[in-house]
Amino acid sequence: MVQFFQQLINGLSLGSIYALIALGYTMVYGIIKLINFAHGDIYMIGAYVGFIISTKFNLGFFPSLIGAMIFCAILGILIETIAYKPLRNATRITALITAIGVSYFLEATTQQVMSTTPRSFPALLPAGGIKIYGVGISYQQIIMLFITVVLMLALQFVVNKTKVGRAMRAVSVDSDAAKLMGVDVNKTISFTFAIGSALAGAAGVMVGIYYNSINPLMGLIPGLKAFIAAVFGGIGIIPGAMLGGVLIGIIETLVSGYWSSLYRDAVVYVVLIVILVVKPAGLLGKNVKEKV
Amino acid sequence: MKKNQFTFINLCWLVLIVFIYFLINILISLGVLNAVYQTVLVTVMINIILAISLNMIIGITGQFSLGHAGFMAIGAYSAGVALKLFSQSTGFYMGIALGMFFSGIMALIVAIPTLRLKGDYLAIATLGFGEIIRIIIQNMKVTNGAAGLVLTKVADWKIVFVFLIISILIILFFSNSAIGRACISVREDEIASETMGINTTKYKIMAFVVGAVIASIAGALYAGSFYVIKPDMFSFNKSIDILVIVVFGGMGSFTGSILSAIIIGIINTALQSFAGIRTIAYGIILVMIMIFRPKGLLGSYEFKLSKFLKGKEENQ
Repeated sequence: MVQFFQQLINGLSLGSIYALIALGYTMVYGIIKLINFAHGDIYMIGAYVGFIISTKFNLGFFPSLIGAMIFCAILGILIETIAYKPLRNATRITALITAIGVSYFLEATTQQVMSTTPRSFPALLPAGGIKIYGVGISYQQIIMLFITVVLMLALQFVVNKTKVGRAMRAVSVDSDAAKLMGVDVNKTISFTFAIGSALAGAAGVMVGIYYNSINPLMGLIPGLKAFIAAVFGGIGIIPGAMLGGVLIGIIETLVSGYWSSLYRDAVVYVVLIVILVVKPAGLLGKNVKEKV
Repeated sequence: MKKNQFTFINLCWLVLIVFIYFLINILISLGVLNAVYQTVLVTVMINIILAISLNMIIGITGQFSLGHAGFMAIGAYSAGVALKLFSQSTGFYMGIALGMFFSGIMALIVAIPTLRLKGDYLAIATLGFGEIIRIIIQNMKVTNGAAGLVLTKVADWKIVFVFLIISILIILFFSNSAIGRACISVREDEIASETMGINTTKYKIMAFVVGAVIASIAGALYAGSFYVIKPDMFSFNKSIDILVIVVFGGMGSFTGSILSAIIIGIINTALQSFAGIRTIAYGIILVMIMIFRPKGLLGSYEFKLSKFLKGKEENQ
């Protein structure tokens, strides 16, 4: 039983990272129906920015986190303006291939600039932890969970209570109608990319600290899994991404804890396919009938 | 009415193929194509097989698959294991047959649930399946896990060339048949073709299975030509590489796929020493093509010898 709760805690902290990345996927998909394949690489860049800030400038955890978030937000806006904006009216597949191209570009550029060898991330958070009834939880995990929750609450506030958030919701329901009502659609989309990318950047820094190692291809698998999490919870739905992320994290740790870590990824893909086939709209999604 | 396949045009094609075969032969015996260029030649031919088979799924049938490398892996490992177990060339051909069989079965298993999905959902689901295939191979005993298999070389460029021609023929016959036209109608408008009485699921599955089987041939040829196969080689990145060839050449144009496989092969060889920059350029090229020329190099243009020989008259 202790082991089970231990796995649950580990799953929760891993899942909160997935949830942060998944939020970016789901918001972008909700607003322009694009699977932003490059999102996982933005998370990777976030980790590298955090790494540079903490090693080259010798700054602590919060400056690294905030620096990475700002850098990723700008990067997200840039990518959107250069690569995705010209394709607003193209088919979804065209946009998807473009996103894959962007992802390639980001990975290869990082490999070129920072070399392909993994870097060890400095320990910015205190080591050690506490034990509750034999279940260990490290300070790192506590801080990660805390920051994730704070960021999610902030996001909920921005989306539901502010003018920009209302514009985002309006564009995701019907961008043409939103435009007619005076919403600046392009600006709203850029803002969505900025927020999503900033969250991914924060996730990157925290994963760097948690696993203590970063490399230019680290975004690939978590990016895919975060996307799966977004689909799991219902793509386009913000609470769905949080739920999906946490569930995927827990499933993953339970599989590697009780079965074999070799099949961890495979099980996640199986979950994805089952969800897509059984309930394509996701856990929190509503089934929408196709109109002809 | 049965069409006569022995027309003048088809004979011209045959002559052209034989001519290319002897041209390569002469170039090799003259020493123009050294061992390095022969490797490039084999890689390009294998890539052509992969690209046209994926093009049939994406370009003709309009089903976006990101799991093509998985089927290539099945072919490669079937040939690899058969090569280990049996004597050289019998093992190799048995491996090809086995690979075709397994990837056909696997494609059916993948296709039946996932082809109900559309567009990007389908892409993600096939990606998931491709990765599952790779993970299974990675964890099997007979495939020697993540370390992969070390094999003897059994296929020279001639064998690859023969299989290339066979694959092209199969795919062209498929695409130009009634089945192929049904597939095109599915691509153009699924609902409309369903209303016209076309069993869309059936044709989607057929195209997917045939594409997967051809991809497994390419995998087997790879195993027979390049000594080492590892599960890592058949990851999602390999699927993207194949996709880049298809998109670059133009989705729906087999001529485009062949041309772009050759061009990309040449570019890769030329930029051999700048591997890092090459990948950066890949990304930029992919984005640029999508923005400025979303239909690829040739769009849906097909090279036809008949038009080439008779000039404008044919068009009238």
